[in-house]
Amino acid sequence: MQTNETKKAGASSFLGRMVRKQVMIPLAALLLLFLFNLIVDPSFFKIELGYNSAGNPVLSGFLITILDSGSELAILAIGMTLVTAATGGQDISVGATTAIAGSVLLRVLCGTNSRPETLQAPIIVAFLVACVVAMLFGAFNGVLVAVFKIQPMIATLILYTAGRSIAAWINNNELPVVSDETLTYFGEFIPGIPIPTPFFIAVACMIVIGLVLKFTNLRLYTQAVGINENSSKLNGLNPVFIKILSFVILGLCVAVVGLIKVARISTINYSVIAKDIEMDAILAVALGGNALSGGKFNMTASIIGAYVIQCLTTTLYKFQVRSDALPAYKAIVVIVLVIVSAPVVREKFNAFMAKRKVKEAA
Amino acid sequence: MKKKLVSVLVCAAMTAAVLAGCGNKAAETTDAPAAEETTEDAAAEETTDDAAAEETTDAAASGELIKVGIINNDPNESGYRTANDADMKAMFTEENGYEASFAYSLKNDEQITAAQKFIQDGVDYLLLSAADTAGWDTVLMDAQAAGTRVILFDRTIDADESLYEASIVSDMDAEGQTAVDWLAGQGLDEYNIIHIQGVMGSAAQQGRTGALNAMVEANDNWNLVTQQTAEWNAEKAQQIVQSVIDSGEEFNVIYAENDDMAKGAVAALDKANISHGVDGDVIIMGFDTNTWALEELLAGNWNYDGQCNPYQASYIDEVIKTIESGGTIEEKVIIMEEKGFDAETITQEDIDKYGI
Repeated sequence: MQTNETKKAGASSFLGRMVRKQVMIPLAALLLLFLFNLIVDPSFFKIELGYNSAGNPVLSGFLITILDSGSELAILAIGMTLVTAATGGQDISVGATTAIAGSVLLRVLCGTNSRPETLQAPIIVAFLVACVVAMLFGAFNGVLVAVFKIQPMIATLILYTAGRSIAAWINNNELPVVSDETLTYFGEFIPGIPIPTPFFIAVACMIVIGLVLKFTNLRLYTQAVGINENSSKLNGLNPVFIKILSFVILGLCVAVVGLIKVARISTINYSVIAKDIEMDAILAVALGGNALSGGKFNMTASIIGAYVIQCLTTTLYKFQVRSDALPAYKAIVVIVLVIVSAPVVREKFNAFMAKRKVKEAA
Repeated sequence: MKKKLVSVLVCAAMTAAVLAGCGNKAAETTDAPAAEETTEDAAAEETTDDAAAEETTDAAASGELIKVGIINNDPNESGYRTANDADMKAMFTEENGYEASFAYSLKNDEQITAAQKFIQDGVDYLLLSAADTAGWDTVLMDAQAAGTRVILFDRTIDADESLYEASIVSDMDAEGQTAVDWLAGQGLDEYNIIHIQGVMGSAAQQGRTGALNAMVEANDNWNLVTQQTAEWNAEKAQQIVQSVIDSGEEFNVIYAENDDMAKGAVAALDKANISHGVDGDVIIMGFDTNTWALEELLAGNWNYDGQCNPYQASYIDEVIKTIESGGTIEEKVIIMEEKGFDAETITQEDIDKYGI
């Protein structure tokens, strides 16, 4: 009798701990989506090995599509989480700066000719230039936020508005098309490897940020600045630097995303590339259970959140839900999240749980 | 106080961004004599923030020149608009007897302000591609009172026909019909179509969708495997087609409402090793005749590309010449000729001539 009781208590507290874990929020959402797909149509989980038109082996299936298409969002979620944690605000210019990064990349690759026969510069050089430019734009946002104390959403509104025009101007309004195959390796497949390259790039980014968070004080400092700027200052941190740093890291993420986006189609369309991706990135951070008002953050949860969004998108495509209705479904997710995380609801829930415990005890 | 400072800074930053954009373009321009006005030169004009662009070309012999004020949408908007703008600039030069001023905006109210400025400046003709259909009556009446003739191009407006001389537009319905007729002419036993739409509600989307929908409804062997909007976005189109491929449904036609989306769709097909184009399993259809898209046709990777003609300048020129020589315009609405290109008949000359 006694042992039974403790066992039960142990199990419930384990469950309780799991539920309270932040990572559970996106994981639960992901499981829910998988469960739905499993019941309605298990072929969702089918993965096939086939060959693409160039004769190289490629894996295909909905799961692969999610991993492939979700890469950009996962990468952006990394940077967005840091910005959110440090500044308590979000960067809404990432879509536009992705256009800039992609434009710079193509400009360097193509030189002055918009339809070059051969690449004018190695891809790595073009990518590094794009990184520098994107980080500069990130720093611009960061300075506005950290030094001039403008609200992040307002500060990044500048590039949100101007970014796509700047991107068009970088290439004199032309639409460069790259015919060289090596660029597509970054957006599709490397010959011989059946897994899409963007997934590898995303994993590389995750490993890098994982190592950085493990071996440097970035996590601690960012959280300290996000929780209380003044006390972090009193403790010898430099909040201005940390905030700018978070925007610069996001800029780096943006450059990587720009590379993938451009490599996918070997060209660019300034007005639609990475359109509305900023909202998805912010949603990924929120889905990860991170407070959008800054402070503590959980990187893993954000990244899973990004894949949840892609899973939702792919599921809706699969069931032929009109894609212009997609934002409505995302809105439902946001509403549920906001309500669940609202302090009023939490208090009520805790009170309810406490009551139940008392009842059980009695 | 702090708030004020912040808002000042934001303004400053925005101005800086704008100036940076202008500065560089201006730097490209050369002090070429007006007669040799290049498109680049004109590009400098467009960046003058002053929408009403006072910069008319150095009119040495302004006496005989016809003064035209051209109000267009921002050339950054799309490849179509860029081509349209370049065409205008090539036509309305001093060599051709025009003194042209340009104003650009995607906003109706700014366009109206620019129009009023042009009327005050006493232009002979006001050429207008309106951002919005509504709100033009008053300003057009002003134009009529001032003796300025108005010619609409590319877009129509909700105003009485008497207020303008002519309206030169694309017929999107006809574009869709041409494409669907072409598809019907392919004589397939069964049409299983992936239909990728543009931004819902845009004129191009409605016209290009309408014809296909009518055909699918009328024929039993025409089916839509999926009908989704990719909002002109290549990548969304890729995801939509990918999703159809993943679910294993059969299809043999991709009807994409612009070239970008067709390109995205083809990327998904290539990934799955589904052959397309001439002699392929899937027929690829696009719109807008971008040069690169026509090259895909020539290479046999795509099957069809429908034109959305951005070259209205010669039509406008004709209208103006007619009016100047005392003639009358009989048909106010002039619909431009628009072609559809077939991969089997397209030539390099077509690409050079019609590619944008």
